[in-house]
Amino acid sequence: MSRIKEAFAGGKAFIPFLTCGDPDLETTEAIVHAMAQAGADLIELGIPFSDPTAEGPVIQAANARALSGGVTADSIFALVRRLRRTLTLPLVFMTYANVVFSYGTERFLSAAAAAGVDGLILPDVPFEEKEEFAPLCRKYGLDLISLIAPTSAGRITQIARAAEGFVYCVSSLGVTGMRRQITTDVGALVELVRRANPGIPCAVGFGISTPEQAAAMAAVSDGAIVGSAIVTLAGRYGRDAVPAVRDYVQAMKAAVSAPQRPAEADPP
Amino acid sequence: MSKGRFGIHGGQYLPETLMNAVIELEDAYNRCKDDPEFNAELSELLNEYAGRPSRLYFARRMTQDLGGAKIYLKREDLNHTGAHKINNVLGQALLAKKMGKTRLIAETGAGQHGVATATAAALLGMECEVFMGQEDTRRQALNVYKMRLLGAQVHPVATGTATLKDAVSQTMREWTARIRDTHYCLGSCMGPHPFPTIVRDFQAVISREIRQQLLEREGRLPDAVLACVGGGSNAIGAFYHFIQDPSVRLIGCEAAGRGVDTPDTAATIATGRLGIFHGMKSYFCQDEYGQIAPVYSISAGLDYPGIGPEHAWLHDTGRAEYVSVTDSEAVDAFAYMSRMEGIIPAIESAHAVACARKLAPSMGREQIIVINISGRGDKDCSAIARYRGEEIRE
Repeated sequence: MSRIKEAFAGGKAFIPFLTCGDPDLETTEAIVHAMAQAGADLIELGIPFSDPTAEGPVIQAANARALSGGVTADSIFALVRRLRRTLTLPLVFMTYANVVFSYGTERFLSAAAAAGVDGLILPDVPFEEKEEFAPLCRKYGLDLISLIAPTSAGRITQIARAAEGFVYCVSSLGVTGMRRQITTDVGALVELVRRANPGIPCAVGFGISTPEQAAAMAAVSDGAIVGSAIVTLAGRYGRDAVPAVRDYVQAMKAAVSAPQRPAEADPP
Repeated sequence: MSKGRFGIHGGQYLPETLMNAVIELEDAYNRCKDDPEFNAELSELLNEYAGRPSRLYFARRMTQDLGGAKIYLKREDLNHTGAHKINNVLGQALLAKKMGKTRLIAETGAGQHGVATATAAALLGMECEVFMGQEDTRRQALNVYKMRLLGAQVHPVATGTATLKDAVSQTMREWTARIRDTHYCLGSCMGPHPFPTIVRDFQAVISREIRQQLLEREGRLPDAVLACVGGGSNAIGAFYHFIQDPSVRLIGCEAAGRGVDTPDTAATIATGRLGIFHGMKSYFCQDEYGQIAPVYSISAGLDYPGIGPEHAWLHDTGRAEYVSVTDSEAVDAFAYMSRMEGIIPAIESAHAVACARKLAPSMGREQIIVINISGRGDKDCSAIARYRGEEIRE
């Protein structure tokens, strides 16, 4: 079993996302350790890109802050090597195709694997373009995470069957960012994934910020992914963000793990 | 290899949320492109509304002055809305309408594509929202006003470099949020498949006409066709029906800005390298870590860090040549053509005029150059005046 699948073995997973280097890599390192201690099951590390076309304003701004601080793929590989001295939970890179391709896809993947990364999410690489990256990911033991969206009708079976690690289920139309309501029938999407590939965990992301939303999404899937809400805290508190993020992750993990019945996704 | 490839370039690198949208678009386009009814409707719009065919004008004074090849101007500047952009927009808007879409969204750089889209939306009774870099809304304030007058909402984009690339990114984001009733009317031969093919096909009317007009007039094909290249839609339109004729040199003129050896350039073929961005694999101006470069040109329409995938392929195969033209050469050519022919070209098109000024004297008098005058220069007058140290008050 890959380290990523293990993250889902102990119950519903809570998966936080953080943009590396916002505002600097020392802070990122401290926040990642704090999130792990607060109960995160898998952590998504964003490698900033100049033009993140799938991101809303919050993560766009974090990418810009991180790049202006001078982080690069190389300095982020070094960060992961430092984290891996003590950290055992799975780490997944989230970035854009050009960051990987421009570095040299094989060179990037071998460096990522050597540093201790377990998987890769490329929001601008759909099923149709996956073969450019997937065989090299397999060669270096990285799971290339597939995404499905509310608009994926007719595509879910093929995507789920070829999926590795977990399936990232996009909860809503649009880009990343916090939403007051999630109106998509996420449970139905997850059901289609499970029918096509019973062995693959399915985590839901985009728009989740409150414990109630996280609990509701986790109730109909295998876990909840939260990005913009955490990046907002990182942006607000800068180098002093550790306590706020730790408390937030603790509350969110408690919400997804609590025994629950499927509920409305609305915040109270 | 996935669909929509030009050699290694092209493809469909975009979020899963948009995949069914581009698949649906491709299906609709394949149904319409050979449908006589669709084509009759489009021809009617192009001819009766946009004013096609555009003239192929013999530039007698420029020809005499430069003392070499005969120079013809393909007058896309005479189209309704003042540029070649309308050719593509009428095609896509009609296609969107057939698909049951009621809302068009578009990016724009100089504002010509935005104005064309707003125009087509008004004509066909559709909603229209245009995304434009904040920097460009200042450089091209008149076009912003025109779009609003035509009933479009204009959204200034303040992120990144606040120019064309950021406008494209923001329009893509907007499309992922609202797909069901919305068509993304992409303005250049770039982006994910099927856009590079659709835009090229709708712009290919330019080379179809050049070919026919020149055969009637001179009984022969041109020796060279020149066009400016940002994303490259007017150029691919001017080149397309000559690609199979190796005797016709195809020359794309990129914006060098302050020079290809400075950071202030937008010359992608000269300074970029292979990458993946805005849905396609092609050449992009970028740093060693793949971060897209903040490019610069005096021309808002050429101020883009990439190039359409078919151009990248024509470059790879050597079928087309790509040269760079600086701001100062383009501004000189802008003034030169105005004085010589009484035609004020768009600053974008002036890049191709500048190239012709260098090329024509080296060619024989029996040879023929066609310059695609992709748009008219009214929109540029105050910016050029500023560049030359004058302020215009309107």
